Amino acid sequence: MSYYDLLQNINEEIIKCMKCGNCQAVCPIYKETKGESGVARGKIQMAKALLEGRLEYNEKLAELFSLCLTCKACADNCPCGVRPDKIILAVRAALAREKGLHPLKRRIFSVLAKPKVFRLGMNAGSVFQGLGLKRVKGKNLAHPRFPIGLDMRRVIRPLASQSLISELPRINKPQNPQFKVAFFTGCMLNYLYTDAGKAVVDVLNKNGVEVVIPEAQHCCGIPTFVHGDMSTSKKIAKYNIDVFMKEDFDAIITHCGTCIGAWVEHYPEFLADDPEYAEKANKLANKAYDFSQFLIEKVGLKRPEVSLDVKVTYHDPCHLVRGVGVATQPREILKAMPGVELAEMKKPDRCCGSAGSFSLTHYEMSSKIRDKKTEDILSVNPDAVITSCGACRMQLEDGLYQTGADIPVKHLAMLLQEAYQKEGK
Amino acid sequence: MLSRKIIDELTAVLGKENVLTEKEELACYSFDATADMPQSMPDVFVTPTCTEEVQKVVEIASKNKVPVYTRGSGTNLSGGTIPLKNGIVMGMVKMNKILEIDAENLNAVVQPGVIIQDLNDAVAKHGLIYPPDPGTVKTATMGGSVAECSGGLRGLKYGVTKDYVMGLEVVLANGKVMRCGGKTVKNVTAYDMVKLFVGSEGTLGIITEIIVKLIPAPETRKSFLASFKSLDDAANSITGIIASKVIPATLEIMDNATIKTVENYAHVGLPTDAEAILLIEVDGLPEVVAKEAQAVEKVCKENNGQLKVAETDEERDNLWTARRAALPALAQVSPTTVLEDATVPRSEIPKMLKALQEIAGKYDLKIGTFGHAGDGNLHPTILTDERNKEEMERVHKAVDEIFDAALKLGGTLSGEHGIGMAKMKYLENEFKEAGVEALRSIKKALDPENILNPGKIIDLEG
Repeated sequence: MSYYDLLQNINEEIIKCMKCGNCQAVCPIYKETKGESGVARGKIQMAKALLEGRLEYNEKLAELFSLCLTCKACADNCPCGVRPDKIILAVRAALAREKGLHPLKRRIFSVLAKPKVFRLGMNAGSVFQGLGLKRVKGKNLAHPRFPIGLDMRRVIRPLASQSLISELPRINKPQNPQFKVAFFTGCMLNYLYTDAGKAVVDVLNKNGVEVVIPEAQHCCGIPTFVHGDMSTSKKIAKYNIDVFMKEDFDAIITHCGTCIGAWVEHYPEFLADDPEYAEKANKLANKAYDFSQFLIEKVGLKRPEVSLDVKVTYHDPCHLVRGVGVATQPREILKAMPGVELAEMKKPDRCCGSAGSFSLTHYEMSSKIRDKKTEDILSVNPDAVITSCGACRMQLEDGLYQTGADIPVKHLAMLLQEAYQKEGK
Repeated sequence: MLSRKIIDELTAVLGKENVLTEKEELACYSFDATADMPQSMPDVFVTPTCTEEVQKVVEIASKNKVPVYTRGSGTNLSGGTIPLKNGIVMGMVKMNKILEIDAENLNAVVQPGVIIQDLNDAVAKHGLIYPPDPGTVKTATMGGSVAECSGGLRGLKYGVTKDYVMGLEVVLANGKVMRCGGKTVKNVTAYDMVKLFVGSEGTLGIITEIIVKLIPAPETRKSFLASFKSLDDAANSITGIIASKVIPATLEIMDNATIKTVENYAHVGLPTDAEAILLIEVDGLPEVVAKEAQAVEKVCKENNGQLKVAETDEERDNLWTARRAALPALAQVSPTTVLEDATVPRSEIPKMLKALQEIAGKYDLKIGTFGHAGDGNLHPTILTDERNKEEMERVHKAVDEIFDAALKLGGTLSGEHGIGMAKMKYLENEFKEAGVEALRSIKKALDPENILNPGKIIDLEG
């Protein structure tokens, strides 16, 4: 049984930790709190104490285990090869089983468990969001009018007037396509950053790739997983697998670090014991690619001919760089583009502090971590920040806005789209 | 358990955010980086932010006879920060300011919570370095490394922490503050209290400010990897290099068990058939480095060594990646890694390595040895599983014999990890009765109530 279903099974991972504390050097939370409970070593020893009956499932433990960005920097830096992210998520799942989810989370996740209800809600939200959100002049960003679960200082990207899936045709076919892919948009590109979603389709078409967008697809489910709601996570995983098994394609494409992690790593591990779904999950895992990865490794990028004359810096989303090891591919694309200067910031792979809903539940801490990132971005003085994740993009937009800097944040696909569009003129 | 009154007093001094009392939080301070140690929970964890607050905490502890366990990043390898008798664990991590970098006088003043690497980064702008570089340089605090007198890879040429501490501010067990040493190179005013507190492991006083010596960064460096088919050839090279008047900045050794494990883990092209390899780096002025490099090459070749020279920065990095991979590679072999630091005079290294091989055979254990050959500080690393009771018994017997062997060869129990609670039982073997008595007198004089890190180095109650 998976350790996400039975905590005892994480013991082999726990025992590997030699408590050296090397994780302190890279943990963004520890850098802020300086507390041992913030860092992987402390959490691993708490997990051990929990298994040995020295600690019990309670509110305090849940609070301490919520303080993790799942940025995986500790795992990357661990001399013993421990995966603290798995231990922490296994404890969160056990906490959810033993103590139940917070009532608000339970309500939100029960909606997430129903794709049609969720879709209806998001579409309605796009119409009514003006009641709660006030637009920032001249930018597609908004402040909350009331503290509607959002910090009043924060700016977010409002929902797009129309979702990507309803706006684009199901089949987007260039002449003589060489490949056929299914686009898993993820929520951020479907409901908020439809500009990036359109760019993905456009760029893939320009590279001779036919793009199908299965309309029934749903959230990847990772937001429920990181809060320990395994039953909803599994339900969503199976649902998406069913939707994509119906299609015929060479690859599943995402442009989000978390979505790609769901397909490549998490669906197979959630469903490893499921007689019906284990094989399907593995099959689709082998077909899932990040947008940049597919262009570089499978298609061979069609180099834009026109120069853009722009200086950019690239932010690595945690789940893309450490989750599935995609770091060189986006840079290869940027370096192949004429007139694009890539100015690397210090530690481009350090977490931006968003961690999805962490930025809602822990805005203060999230902002402190984000401000370090913003500082690193500003130090290279770019014309634009490029990334490959909607949650990172929203966090970086907020960070830059707070400093008054007028630097746009774009998905990688958008920069490529600009270059190809310039060619056409 | 501490009374509510004591917790309230601590809270009044430090503020709520600096006093943790919930057992989930406290469980995180019941251990440190040492393997095979009992865990013990503190009653409270506090984080003072200035010397006055440290004083007040100690006053409260002294008044109520409550133990105070001072802790930096908790990366030590002697059980030094485990709160054996519960009480207060005092974390120094929030006192983390670099107070001054005095480039003209080649020194810096820091608070104890500064991370060693952060100090190095700050002084690099002035073309200076702070040479002590324990393996935990990116995580350990200055206070912790001074209290433990950390060593590291550059000990042979540059010395260890005690060679770089010029002055200290210390809160004593009665809550009073004293200063000793200072910014002058020469200072023979009264007893050398600085040296006494360095390496005292939090048992004599609490370090609240440190003045350290800095040195100019070496201009160039050159690295070599020499592999040997016999331990004696490797050992003769070590002594030969030093006999030819070359003091390398680093002179590291790995035994066959370690070479094989590292190669299997990191694939860096190490010769797995070698009985031992030496990793050597000379540094300094370009003319000197060129001359010393020649001497190193000559000695290694005379002793049948296969020599690889790192010609570029990249090759150098590769070479040191292999050394840095030693502990992680060994650690991945099995769940529990018992890392010792028995140290012998340089010339006795081959005998010590052979003794380690015999001990490993006798107790049927996996022991990989690497370490700082240049200064005789070896790290025999026992790869085991703490859940296996029978094997752990053999491990304990092997550790006893390792220390016996080191002492018989004229060595010492600990080169750089300290005594803490892990090696207390061996102390008398090295210090003898009169020595332990003298240690006890010092402890009694400075901490009559035995509240500072009790149960470490020497036990007054014992």
